[in-house]
This record gives sequence, structure tokens and C-alpha cells, in this order.
Amino acid sequence: MSSGESNLSVSEGLTIFERSKPGRRAFVAPELDVPDVSIDELLPAEYRRDEPPRLPEVSEPEIVRHYNRLSKRNFDLDTGFYPLGSCTMKHNPKLHERVAALPGHAKLHPLQHPRRAQGALELMWNLQQALAAIAGLPHVSLQPSAGSHGELAGVLLTRAYHEDRGEHRTKVLTPDTAHGTNPATVTMGGYDVVKVGIDASGNVDLDDLRAKADTDVACLMLTNPSTLGLFETGIEEIAKIVHGVGATLYYDGANLNAIMGICRPGDMGFDIVHFNLHKTFTQPHGGGGPGAGPIAVSDRIEPYLPRPQVVRRAGDNGDRPYFDLEYDRPKSIGRLRGFQGNYGVFVRSYAYIRSLGAAGLREVSEVAVLNANYLLAKLKEAGVDEYLPAAYDRICMHEFVLSGAPMKRELEIRTLDLAKRMLDFGVHPPTVYFPLVVEEALMVEPTETETKETLDNFVEIVAEILREAREDPEVARNAPYTTPVRRLDEAGAARKPVIRQAL
Amino acid sequence: MSSYVSATEEDRREMLAQIGVSSIEELFADIPARLRLEGADGALGPPHSEQEVYEELRALAARNVSSEDELSFLGAGMYDHYVPALVDSIIERSEFLTPYTPYQPEISQGGLQAMFEYQTAMSELTGLPVSNASVYEGPSAVGAAGYVAKITNSRPRFVVSRGVHPHSRETLQTLARGWGAEVVEAPLRDGATVLPDLDGEVSAVIVQQPNFIGAVEDLSSLASAAREAGALTICACDPLPLALLKPPGQCGVDIAVGEGQTLGNRLDFGGPSFGFFTATEALLRRMPGRIAGETRDVDGKRGFVLTLQTREQHIRREKATSNICTSQALNALAGVIYLSWLGRRGIVDLAELMLKRTAYARERLSAIDGVTLLHERPVVRELALALDAPATRVIDRCLAQNVNPGYALGRDYPEYEDGLLVAITERRTRADIDRLADVLGAAVAAEATAGVGV
Repeated sequence: MSSGESNLSVSEGLTIFERSKPGRRAFVAPELDVPDVSIDELLPAEYRRDEPPRLPEVSEPEIVRHYNRLSKRNFDLDTGFYPLGSCTMKHNPKLHERVAALPGHAKLHPLQHPRRAQGALELMWNLQQALAAIAGLPHVSLQPSAGSHGELAGVLLTRAYHEDRGEHRTKVLTPDTAHGTNPATVTMGGYDVVKVGIDASGNVDLDDLRAKADTDVACLMLTNPSTLGLFETGIEEIAKIVHGVGATLYYDGANLNAIMGICRPGDMGFDIVHFNLHKTFTQPHGGGGPGAGPIAVSDRIEPYLPRPQVVRRAGDNGDRPYFDLEYDRPKSIGRLRGFQGNYGVFVRSYAYIRSLGAAGLREVSEVAVLNANYLLAKLKEAGVDEYLPAAYDRICMHEFVLSGAPMKRELEIRTLDLAKRMLDFGVHPPTVYFPLVVEEALMVEPTETETKETLDNFVEIVAEILREAREDPEVARNAPYTTPVRRLDEAGAARKPVIRQAL
Repeated sequence: MSSYVSATEEDRREMLAQIGVSSIEELFADIPARLRLEGADGALGPPHSEQEVYEELRALAARNVSSEDELSFLGAGMYDHYVPALVDSIIERSEFLTPYTPYQPEISQGGLQAMFEYQTAMSELTGLPVSNASVYEGPSAVGAAGYVAKITNSRPRFVVSRGVHPHSRETLQTLARGWGAEVVEAPLRDGATVLPDLDGEVSAVIVQQPNFIGAVEDLSSLASAAREAGALTICACDPLPLALLKPPGQCGVDIAVGEGQTLGNRLDFGGPSFGFFTATEALLRRMPGRIAGETRDVDGKRGFVLTLQTREQHIRREKATSNICTSQALNALAGVIYLSWLGRRGIVDLAELMLKRTAYARERLSAIDGVTLLHERPVVRELALALDAPATRVIDRCLAQNVNPGYALGRDYPEYEDGLLVAITERRTRADIDRLADVLGAAVAAEATAGVGV
């Protein structure tokens, strides 16, 4: 440690394990109220560990202080602008934490008899109905735990659908602009990935699609609006081509925030849709989860949905309907996880849908798209497009992609440098270097949450960083300066991984 | 205007003018007209005030019987442990609650360091050197471990103990159909797994510790049989009993996974919780999910980053070792806070308390007329009984007394048709166990009497 650093900063970098001191503790066990039988009698030594796991020995005040200090080394959505493209960082209403924590929800055992969990099952059934209405597809399974898990469900449903018809298809198409989860999912589902190109306006290249769509193709996975933030204007033709060869059309719901109440994937011809409840339906992102990735499907895919399904049964003798878990689904692909899914996430997303209603959800998409187009126009007005032009000069949907190629060429700073300099201005940078088809990509998703003033401020920040770079590119290249740590040696971390503390 | 959108009418006018269009409608011009919806979908209903939504959600909650509303011995994968107040207090901080995956490490040191601490704690518990930062939950973690075995040795068959949680077995089966692998089951005898002869076709042997019916398995012997056949050993484990049990890493297990709910996470009707995933050094570069690593910044200051990302979908795409992106960071954070709260001594105290109360319950319950032990193997926190009466009817009788006696094993195990799985946590006292014994005894006796006339 250099002599200039104070003891305070040394102490700030300590882990909970480094704060451990033998004899300190927080937990006190309840009193032993049963006979004190010797452990040897209950658990033979051959099955026992030689020494306790070396967990930290710390007191409650130290734990609280440690994690509160750590929390202050995080930037968060509740504090500032977080235009992380493709992640839909919208406001997380505080009500949601309150209702999810009600003991009737939070302390309900997943194997409680359905008769004694009617509130939970009714909530899930209602959420299924709402998601079906938004997707324009009649059947919903809430089970998948995240978007990529929903994708895997979709690919396995596709496999089950084809195999049930006696067809053995081998390929799944994904556009060049696809999220990495799409091709990774295809491989896990036992298919080969075939990439489809995009045309000059950013749409799927229909000629390339026609050339590659044959009867070996099981599915096309598509994000619409695409990861370029553009609506696929040829979506109906795409659906026609894909269905023409007997394949399914899969909707990656990452960008659903652009079109709620405006149009529906089911009407576009999609057979399977996944939702990212943590994006569109505002589950707090938690530093990387939890989320949930429910799926909606058409009639022809329904028989294969995961088990169990939440169903509503007519009540006896005019009683209120009864909600149940249905296991008897002979063509089901089976389970994708334990129990019934991330129920706590469902509670929050259901509260969101009930708060906004149909009109509010439509307004969400309208303002999300308005905010994105305004930000794009305002950046252009500020002259930012000289260095950071839009990758495709069109009206965008809820997000847009800029290319930092001219900035790199003319100002000799990269998109990474721009992003790192933004950290000093107190905003979270947009997604960088994705999608891969755009050089030095910067993907900006403001969401409906943000005010015009926040967007104006962001424009000023970008303009200021570019102005600064014209004078001295080193400023951005060495940024950030004001963060808890500065640029970190990521290559070194991967070369000699230290992924746990040596104790 | 909904309460979560800030744009005023004036803002909208100014913004549309800046864009150069006259209406919001024009922004959607790329969407073919016949796909555009006319008006709002009635199925979604009108908007509601915060207060109204609170009341609706409260009314739904009131129609559930939670672990606060009955005396519950339900376990079978999720357990009613006490979650300390400090866990809620810390994970509700917006700095942990509202950011996303730490793609910008300079402003995410809190989350990244917590991941590193979590990885260290899970590595200590399981005795394996490598941990990721979480996967979705328990059963899908078993599936994810199967996929690592698949990409490691490409062998076509998995041998899974019937002692593995039924949800885990079914999840593995679902996923393996995708990769084209076969899953075969190894039976339980006297509560413990009996492996078939293993050949060179077996990719991995998958067991659970303690197993689904509560029995402590001879993990070392099972792993050694797998190793002789060149197969990997995957062990799904319950983390709290690992305070006492020999860690999987010391038994020769290659991958230890499991459900993390018991570590400071609430029941939540089954989720969100987290799955943990730990492995040998040899499997490091085939791990799924995020991994935090320690490094230095340009000034030499200690810091943490997401590392070994070349395994992951956003870099490797179709060659990635998994498709996982969003996992369960907040739940894993609750896990490491909880483990710090328990501490090195506390986790042993807690596990010993469960061990002794479970032993007491075992003795007390098996002394009831018409109730016997399903197996005699050592147990830590859960025990399996065989009832001399229809289990579902016995359970119904107990529920009528507001005692939930446990899980009916017959739902998943025809061979244990009237089996009952009883879980004990530190929240179930001796008096609670005595009450269960009284209620269960009366229910079995009543069913026996009822059965006589039939």
C-alpha cells in the first residue's frame, strides 16, 4: 500500500472474512430443549467434517456496517440515470416491496396444499391472463426463472412440437443482432445455430432468410423491436417464410417495453414469447437478479408447456372458482426448475399491472419510445452525431444504437473511454459493444421513467465529454477519476483468477 | 397519466417538436397498420391507486395459509428457517436492490465484493475451490451441473439417485432431452442409494446429501464408484447440514450444487431464492454464470470484476458453457449476509440443534402406534415415516387441527405410498414436536378406526 493512502481506505477494502476475529458472533441459537444426545450417536464420525467451515466471526454491528459501506460503492437506479440498453432499467415502485413482504406471500411454503394457497394461485392465474392479453397468445407458463430460461423453455417446446409430429429438425435461425443468450440457448437445446444477416436499413435480410429457411429449420428466434431498437417492418413476411417451412417463430421479449398495448407478438405470427418480468414489469434488478421469464404460447404449442400449470376450475354448486396446480400433462416437456417459479417476482409484476391497467401500460410504451426518440434527436442537435452517429438513421423504438467509430477515428477515444468518463458525471453508461454488428456500439435505453430534464442533462454530459476529448483525449482514456476504484485490470484477473479468499 | 411516468403534456409537445413529428402515433409508423391495436385491451382492466392495489394484494395474501398461520413441518426442498432482521435491512437498500449486473465494475464494487465473499463462503461450505456467483435455484442447478458434465466428457448417460429431489430429477430429464442424453435412476435401499454397475457411457452420477428422504448418504463411496468409471460426481446438497457433514469436496465430488433458500431467503411460495454451484479447479472454465474475481486498479488499489467472461453467452454466444444471464444476485447476497450472521460457530450450533431436535422427533413420532421409520440411516433435519393409514387422509386430519405434519411422499414415490416427510428447523421447538406427535397419533388412530369398518 502506498504511503499516501490513509488507514481509512485500507479498512474500506477489507472483506467480511478479513474483519473476522475468533470469538465474535452475531447469532445466538435458541435453547436446547430436547435431550442432549452425543453427536457421535447421531452422526457417525465417518460422515462428519473435521472442522467447521471457516465462515467469518463477526458481530451484528460489524456486519451491518460492512455491508452498508459496501452498498455505498454501488451506483443504483434509485440514485441516478441508468440507460443500460436492453435491460429496461425503469423505476421500481416501493409498494412492490411492501406487498411482496406480506407474510401471506413471503412465508408461504411452496408445497402448501393448493386449497391453503388459493390467494397465491389466483394471483398467478390472474398474472397469466394479463400476460396472455399483452402477448396476444392464449396460454402462459410462469415457471422459467429469467429470460434465458424462458428461451430454453421455448427451444425445448419447439423440439417437443416437432418430435410429436415425427419431425427431426436440426437448425435454429438467429439474426446477427441477436442477444448472446439466443445462440447459447440453441446449443443447449441440441440445435445448430444458423445466422441470418440484416439489410441496409437494419431489418432482417429477407432474401438471406428465404435462402436459409428450409425444412431442417426448427425455429427462428427474433427480438422485435430488434436489439438495434428498430421495429422489423417485414415481420409479417418473416412469419410467412418461417411458417412456410413448418418452423416456429420465437419472440425474445427483451424489448417488449416498446410495444405494450400498441401491438402484440401473437398478432405478428409469433408462436412462443418470453417476458422478462424484471425488465418490462419492473422487478428490481438486484445486482443481477432475481428475475422471471414467463412464456406465452399459441394453441399448437400448449400441450407441451412445462408442468405444473396453474389452472382455474369451476367451483362446486356455484361456489367461487377454485385454483389448482395441474400435473397431468402427458405431452409436457416437464419441469424447468423446482416448485412453481419465482412467486415473489410475480407478486411485484402483478401489482405493477394492476396499478397501471391497460391504459397505463400503453402509456409506458408510448413514453419509453418518446423518450428514446427525443434523446436521439437532442443528441443530434447538440452535434454529437458527428462523432456518434445513429447506426441506422430511422425513427427508433424504446432504444437506439450509436456507433462510436467516427469518435474513435477522429478523437482517438473509444466507446469504452466515453463510458468510463460518464462514470465521473454520475450516470450509468449505456450498454457498450453490443450489438456486435455495429462498430464501437453504444446502446441507449432511457425508459419511460426519465424526465426531459434528465435526458437533456445526459446530452450535455456526452457533448462535454466529446468537447473535452477534442482538447485532450487522455482525459477520457484515463477515466474514471472519482469512483471508489479506477480502471481495473480485467485481463490480469482472468489470467490468474483469484475467485475466493485464501483463508 | 400513470404515477410512474413523469412526462407532462408540455414536455410531450416539446419533445415531439424536437423529434420533428406531430404525434406519438407517428413514432410507431414502422409497425404495419393492421398490427396496431385499437384502444386498450379490456382484459387488463383500469388503473388503480396505490392504496387499492395494496388492499387487493393484502386480500390475496390473506387467502394463503403461511408458516405463521399454522404449525408446519413441511420441508422437501424449502424450509421455514428464521431470517434475521439484518438481512432484510441490508438487501432492501436501494444500492443493492436496484442496480443490474455489474458490467461497470468501477461503480459496482459493493455488489462485486459481495459476490467474492459469497463465493468464498460457498467454497468453504462445500469444500470445493471454485464457486460461481449464483444460478437460478436448486433443481435447475442440478440441470446446469449435468450440462457441465455433458460438455466435459460428452458421454450419453446420467445415473441419478432416486434420493435426488423429484423436481431436480425431472428438470434434468427435461434438459437432457435437449442434449440428447439418457437419464436412468439408481434405487434407494434402506434409505441409501445403490448404484448400478457403471460403464464408460456414464457422464455423471448425481446424488443428494442428505437425500430427499432425509438420509445421510455415504458420499465418499458413491463418488469413488463414479470416479472408477471415469464419470463425474454431482452432489445436490442442503447447505446448513454441511456445517456438520463431510464437505462434498472432501468426498471426491466434482460439482456440488443446491438450493440456497435456507440461507437467509424467505419461502416466497418457492422463489426467488438462489442456486449455488461449486466445483473442482478442473471445471473452472466450464462453469455457468457470473464469477467475481479480485484484481487491482490502475493505482494499485484492490478491486473486483466479473471474470472469466469468455465462458459466457454475451461473449461466446453459441459456444458458451451456459445460456444464463440474469441469475439471483440479491438472493445470494442474502445468503452471504446470513452466513456471516451465523458465523463459524453459529452455523455448527444451529446444525447441532436441528440434529438433536430431529433425533427427538424421530424417537417421539416413531413411538406412535401405526407409525414406523421409513429408514434407519442417520438424519440431520428431516425424517421419513411410514404410516399405517392413508397418508393424505392423515394429513387432512392434522390440517384440521392447524398442524401441517409434512409432505406426502406418495406424491412422488409410489414405493412409499403412505410415507410422510417431516422437516425440523430451529423454529420448531420441543413443544411443537410434542404437539405434532399428539395430533399425528390421534389422526393415525382415527384413520385406523375408520378403516376397520371398510
